[in-house]
Amino acid sequence: MSVRRLAEVQPESFAFKPATLKDARRWMANFPAGRQQSAVIAILWLVQKQEGWVSEPAIRATAELLSMPVIRVLEIATFYTMFMLEPVGTHALVQVCGTTPCQLRGSEGLLEVCKRKIGPRDHRSADGKFYWQEVECMGACANAPMAAINDYYYEDLTPQSFEKLLDDFAAGKKRKPGSAIGRQGSAPEGGPIALTDPALYDGSRGKKLKIPNLPQKTSAKEQA
Amino acid sequence: MVGILQDKDRIFTNLYGLHDWGLEGAMKRGAWNGTKDIVRQTPEWICDQIKASGLRGRGGAGFATGLKWTFMPKQESERPHYLLVNADESEPGACKDRDILRHDPHLLIEGCLIACRAMRAHTAYIYIRGEYVREREHLLAAIRQAYDAKLIGPGNLHGWDCDVRVTHGGGAYICGDETALMESFEGKKGQPRLKPPFPAGAGIYGCPTTVNNVETIAVVGTILRRGAEWFAGFGTEKSTGTKLFAGSGHLNKPCVVEEAVGISVKQLIEDHFGGVRGGWSNLKAVIPGGISVRMIPAAECEEAVMTYEDLQARGSGLGTGTMIVMDKDADLVKAIARAAYFYKHESCGQCTPCREGTGWMWRVMERMVTGEAEMAEIDLLLDVASQVEGHTICGLGDAAAWPIQGLFRHFRHEVEERITNYRARPGSYPGASIAAE
Repeated sequence: MSVRRLAEVQPESFAFKPATLKDARRWMANFPAGRQQSAVIAILWLVQKQEGWVSEPAIRATAELLSMPVIRVLEIATFYTMFMLEPVGTHALVQVCGTTPCQLRGSEGLLEVCKRKIGPRDHRSADGKFYWQEVECMGACANAPMAAINDYYYEDLTPQSFEKLLDDFAAGKKRKPGSAIGRQGSAPEGGPIALTDPALYDGSRGKKLKIPNLPQKTSAKEQA
Repeated sequence: MVGILQDKDRIFTNLYGLHDWGLEGAMKRGAWNGTKDIVRQTPEWICDQIKASGLRGRGGAGFATGLKWTFMPKQESERPHYLLVNADESEPGACKDRDILRHDPHLLIEGCLIACRAMRAHTAYIYIRGEYVREREHLLAAIRQAYDAKLIGPGNLHGWDCDVRVTHGGGAYICGDETALMESFEGKKGQPRLKPPFPAGAGIYGCPTTVNNVETIAVVGTILRRGAEWFAGFGTEKSTGTKLFAGSGHLNKPCVVEEAVGISVKQLIEDHFGGVRGGWSNLKAVIPGGISVRMIPAAECEEAVMTYEDLQARGSGLGTGTMIVMDKDADLVKAIARAAYFYKHESCGQCTPCREGTGWMWRVMERMVTGEAEMAEIDLLLDVASQVEGHTICGLGDAAAWPIQGLFRHFRHEVEERITNYRARPGSYPGASIAAE
């Protein structure tokens, strides 16, 4: 378990922006009547998108929106580690994966870059632009090591390419997520060696076909 | 040909995202083809076909999928049936469902419809991990396309009303456990439930529910299109079909690839993953099924094959089929200590053996890394691991114990050597730095 507490300094109030509220109501409608509590994680995430983090007044507002006891929403916000409980950097929230598959491929080098360029972990940088943390497996192990910056994955990093990436974020430059060495998704470096048969993509698979092993005609008719 | 599976037998033809992942491209590659003929069959026919194909759950536990579906009530009642797709992929090493979600989402949506028919459900929920933002965007767009084309939804072309909806998590590994997933789905902390009641009796909202992995559901359409015997023709009697495999760690070309189950560990590494860094002789150990299984040493990797039964016989497991490879330069103790930290971080805190045990095991493992431990602590650590294993509600306690047990089963001598070396260093006794001043 990880111990997570709300920030000491909290804002006075929180209000859903109209767009956030609209999205929130869409999530609530995703579930059967009376089960709107199911949307709590999705709505806290919307709150985080709006404010950058999840504050105590936002937790209260979410509880009110979902007709839930505040303590239940507080539980969610502190249990799930995706929710940031204090303000993060204005330019980038950097989450470096440090779990074994990334560690084996050099994530420790990325952590060093963060320490050097941003400062101590789980803190905002001095200029307020960055906030970094080490996170557990992000599910991109074939493209290790990787970091998620503001929701999107930057993969196949080296300390050098990572440093450049952070510089670009600091300068406000947009960088396309994905592999830093030009890999196509999770294909091997240098291009795929499987899925090269053109017959897979010529449309022949979309032609009408007969499903095998169907029951005898008569019984099929009975069912219809 | 590399590997043992031909391109024509691959299910996920857009694994790398080189082609259109939207509806048009997916249909051209064969998705949604003949779905109507499948969906109009009885649930029994679908379940029988899936049973005959030998498909086993791809999320790690490997339970027979067709059999699992038959556990659902045979009659619809006022309690609706639900299919809950587990897309909370967070097992270290596993990155396969991600490629289905972002590059072949229509196979998953089609599978949801067929599986819903097989279990008499009208709603499927896909619970995707929160960090998969891009993947969620693709999935939601693909579902929108399917609704617009009337492939799913009320009054769709296929004649079985079925809604496919998405919800997401908040970054908790534990929610990959099916009962924790259901708790989280209901908007609670992801703490596993006791079984019974089993999900097929009382799952989400107390209604009959079946939880399946993304890959399991996504292969269903193609299996029925090509025939159960086609799928059962790959692999062994108990481990059939094709499967996504992933390689990470000390490989020349780590990647994700679909292969026939039963491919040897060596061929998978050499043919698809570009070989071990520094050559095959530089291999030290492989964790074949995601970090939650025990490692196998290089000598056994010569003969090991990627099947449930072979890896189980070696004290390991196929798990998610996503291997982590370590070469001779790897610090195995450190790698497993990091895994121990992972479990400590991800324990939900509900069961005492896991909540306390994972933290304790991690702290001892960290001392093993430097060698600053007592020799007797190795046995103590293994004793504690065995007391965590099997004494928790869900499998996280087991999963936390197995990597440590795997390390000591095969590489105990290395840790002992480390402890001995540490002690042999001058001045390396407790309080040495103070004494020197």
